[in-house]
Amino acid sequence: MKNTIKLNLENIDATYYSGEELLPVLNNVSLYVKSGEFVSVLGPSGSGKSTILKIAAGLLKPDRGRVLIDNRHVNGKPQMVGYMPQQDLLFPWKTLKQNAALPLLARKWTKNKAFARVEELLPAFGLEGFANYYPHQLSGGMRQRAALLRTMLIESDLMLLDEPFGALDALTREILQDWLLEIWERFKRSVLFVTHSIDEAIYLSDRVYVITERPGKIAIEQKIELKRPRSKTVLTTSLFSSYKQLLIDALNIKFPDSTGFDHQQKP
Amino acid sequence: MKKWASIKDNLPAVGFLIFLIAIWELAARAADVAAYILPAPSAIAMALVDNFSLLLEHTRVTFIAVIGGLAMAILVALILAIAMDRWKPLKQALYPVLVISQAIPIFALAPLILIWFGAGLLPKVLIVALVCFFPLAVNLVEGFSQVDPEAVDLMQTMQANRWMIMSSVQLPFAMPFFFSGLKIAATYSVLGAIIGEWLAARAGLGIYMLRAMHSFRTSHLFASIIVVVILSLTLFKLVELSGWLAMPWQRESNNRLNKANNK
Repeated sequence: MKNTIKLNLENIDATYYSGEELLPVLNNVSLYVKSGEFVSVLGPSGSGKSTILKIAAGLLKPDRGRVLIDNRHVNGKPQMVGYMPQQDLLFPWKTLKQNAALPLLARKWTKNKAFARVEELLPAFGLEGFANYYPHQLSGGMRQRAALLRTMLIESDLMLLDEPFGALDALTREILQDWLLEIWERFKRSVLFVTHSIDEAIYLSDRVYVITERPGKIAIEQKIELKRPRSKTVLTTSLFSSYKQLLIDALNIKFPDSTGFDHQQKP
Repeated sequence: MKKWASIKDNLPAVGFLIFLIAIWELAARAADVAAYILPAPSAIAMALVDNFSLLLEHTRVTFIAVIGGLAMAILVALILAIAMDRWKPLKQALYPVLVISQAIPIFALAPLILIWFGAGLLPKVLIVALVCFFPLAVNLVEGFSQVDPEAVDLMQTMQANRWMIMSSVQLPFAMPFFFSGLKIAATYSVLGAIIGEWLAARAGLGIYMLRAMHSFRTSHLFASIIVVVILSLTLFKLVELSGWLAMPWQRESNNRLNKANNK
């Protein structure tokens, strides 16, 4: 099970059309996610990370290349996948419960059954007692967890998460990272996770793809062999730092020396 | 608290209105103007009270035309807006025509409708529907066109069908647009019905106004104006209320918000 390929992108090219201009977004991008694996795509903004997810979900058709989910061709047809776009996209006109139940209702579950299932999962997502709240009544972290609950209820082993913690403050972000790992270990899904945070990518992933700026190209693929379950103590280990150095080099980030970044520090 | 604040906000306007009416009353008495030119407010109030049941009957007739017309306008606007959202070529073909059609004044169109459909209820309903249709259709089309494509994408990854995307994303999103169109339509609707009645009808506030005018009972004319104003305001408030009922997520809910933050 662990070694079957869940998602496979082969030699993907993609272009955006903005008016008359052709904007190459992805250039020969190949990547895969194995069943139960947590894979991150790390890159600066504007590197086409979100486009990769849209292509994987079948929401966009690549100019070139193949997309396979469970060895079936996607071919630009929207797939049943746990896609979570950058904004949480909880609908303001639906309560938390109604929002989270949408994937179940789309599968023709009855309202009662769908709501009961959602209520059952609320505690694990730290949302107990908030079923009937509207999104604007929830904090940023709660909204992300609610959106993730909704994503989880889409009947698919594959989750495509687009910077789910990008809009949160640093502290909430750290808490949610640990929480996401817990949830992931519990539900055993295959995850393709997009982020621009180096620490986040290392901390969460089994493998990290580094993608360079437009047009997006895979610079390196890096296995992260930190033991699981992980906790924040790994952040200070030498293994973590060496991964970080590797990824920084791959991203080709140039820090001016005056900023005091001690990225050169090696144990 | 909030209720009191809104009453307090309205106090200056109410006070000013009372002041104006008082000046009017005093001026009408002092200058001894003929009642058919400018009746005193007290005479208007008398006319209103004396003819109350008659006015009520005419109001009922007008109200039926207004509600019928509004309902028809809502139905047609909804169907056309959904169709235009679904088939873009239809929108490209129809939308400009709709805008052009609005350049034709209703006063020019109303006689035609009366020639075609006679003097009963139907032509009045049609005139009201014509006046109300446009703000509704335009707002709905605008609302549908502003739906976040990402939201539709998301629904597609859940394999939601078209109807579900419409009912759980597009319609609720467009609802505030719809209700702001409906507010405009509601104020137009009474006007539309009265225009229809002026041109040809057997009963209704328009007819009452014509009769009062022809018999120089100006106080009765003023009385009917007051009724029209009350009718329009009532419709407007009804629209606001139905918007409040239909969109619970737009209500202020500070209490629950506080509770959520404290938890």
